[in-house]
Amino acid sequence: MRVNNWKDKLITAVFWLSGLVIVGILAGIIGYVMVKGISSINLDFILEPPSKAGRAGGISTTIVSTLYLTVMSLLIAVPIGVGSSVYLEEYAHNKSKFARLVNLTSETLAGIPSIIYGLFGFVFFVIFLEMGWSILSGSMTLAIMILPTITRTAQEAILTVPHEYRENSLALGASKWQTIRKVILPSALPGIVTGIILSMGRAVGETAALILTAGSSLGMPLSPADPARTMAVHLYVLAMEGISMERAFGTAFLIVILIIIINYLANLSLKKLTHSMR
Amino acid sequence: MDINMKKSKSGLRKAIVPKQSNYKHNNRSSEKIIEKILVLCAAIFIIAIILITIFIFAKGIPLLIKIGLIDFLFNSDWRPSKGFFGIWTMFIGSLAVTLSSMLWAVPLGIMTAIFMAEIAPHRVGKLLGSMVELLAGIPSVVYGFVGLIVIVPFIRDVLGGNGLSVLAGAIILGIMILPTVINISRDSILAVPKEYKEGSLALGATHYQTIARVIVPAARSGIITAIVLGMGRAIGETMAVVMVTGNSTVIPGSILSPVRTMTSNIVLEMGYAAGDHQAALFATGMVLFVFIVCLNLAVTLSVKGR
Repeated sequence: MRVNNWKDKLITAVFWLSGLVIVGILAGIIGYVMVKGISSINLDFILEPPSKAGRAGGISTTIVSTLYLTVMSLLIAVPIGVGSSVYLEEYAHNKSKFARLVNLTSETLAGIPSIIYGLFGFVFFVIFLEMGWSILSGSMTLAIMILPTITRTAQEAILTVPHEYRENSLALGASKWQTIRKVILPSALPGIVTGIILSMGRAVGETAALILTAGSSLGMPLSPADPARTMAVHLYVLAMEGISMERAFGTAFLIVILIIIINYLANLSLKKLTHSMR
Repeated sequence: MDINMKKSKSGLRKAIVPKQSNYKHNNRSSEKIIEKILVLCAAIFIIAIILITIFIFAKGIPLLIKIGLIDFLFNSDWRPSKGFFGIWTMFIGSLAVTLSSMLWAVPLGIMTAIFMAEIAPHRVGKLLGSMVELLAGIPSVVYGFVGLIVIVPFIRDVLGGNGLSVLAGAIILGIMILPTVINISRDSILAVPKEYKEGSLALGATHYQTIARVIVPAARSGIITAIVLGMGRAIGETMAVVMVTGNSTVIPGSILSPVRTMTSNIVLEMGYAAGDHQAALFATGMVLFVFIVCLNLAVTLSVKGR
């Protein structure tokens, strides 16, 4: 690229500026939450349950609820998602109507906003299946939301497994399923892990769908039938109702830290994935 | 298969793997059962979308029949306690916030995508890419919170009004759709064949002439996809918008007026709504659902069709 007059230089500057604006926005938001939130963070904040509707105490129950919902939704979505990806890549004929329909549905599901999932989870799991506002309703709803991500990343990972692996395994007399279980899935593991990590990010930040399906009880959820309030929902309630800005900042701080860690892990496993592709 | 085996190595490969008839149909019954289970997994996608459609429609349609679709959509009187369910103000609200967020985020997003794909040094482009990923990962409630604490007071102090406004929504929502616009545009720009660019440069065009006249036009369909999906994201966004736009059910007079979107209305009133009121919220969700699914399907099918 040769820049040979002032006009080109100006255009170049404008493009660099647009990149800088993006960096500025990101740094601004994360920096602001970090700086304002760090002072609210101490051991009590993390380990104490909230009291007086969040006005006092810590946020321990919301941390537990977030983890609980994340783990439960992964337990539901990972087997189904990986199973579908194996079916789509290893069994279905690419051109089959069913496979195309599943792919199309997966893309559609990925585009549906969370408030719609919330409405569905509310009318289906909470009311129709009589699960009430609970960890179970919330994690089932969340599971449907993360299913497309898990399936897509697993599909891509399976695609990168070299054809020779399958041939060799089959030539050694392994059955198709043995080949999938012992050869293909282990080689596709980095992709599957990436999907799981990305889904964790979604689960940690999800708010609209969970308010309507898991409720906003501040109690400690023990059984899956208990209602729960996640950190994200807690942040919303604290900020919207002006209950405690100090605690809202602390909660936002922890959410952002979690997201940064998850993002970092996702990058690591993606790197591993592209490494195994070579 | 036996005959093929005697052929060359590539013949062997053909014989065993891509001839899917051998590979795919295994007679052992446990293998059959496993395949059935896997089909069932894949079918869950279809079942899920059918259930979502049925349950939301079943809740919303009775109300639409009762008050009429036209009245529901175009009446601006939303007083649930009195039995008035018109979502026109919320519809306009969603549109106002969405379009004004796109007004700044789409040009900036496309500029950044071009920058990352064509102008920035490789390492800078990559670094920016991972930053955009992080931007996409920040939950909407955090955006809403920062908007409420920073943007809203800023608008109140500098431009007047109470700060909770269309403008605050447009700023926050714009930031949230940036990753969608940037990622999809960048990928489509990167997918433009190298020969196009080389040909244009060989003809004596400058780099920027090439970007403007060759690369961007060639990536047009991807960029349009990026804009449409960004729009879908903006219309469906809930938590960030509800926190910064003030949520009064009037048609906004200016960019500094408060506004309530369709999504905000659902999340604000769902907690206590019952009967017809609840049905009206589901009907609102139905309108949103149909709109976004159509938007996404149009994009998916037009991309596939090409």
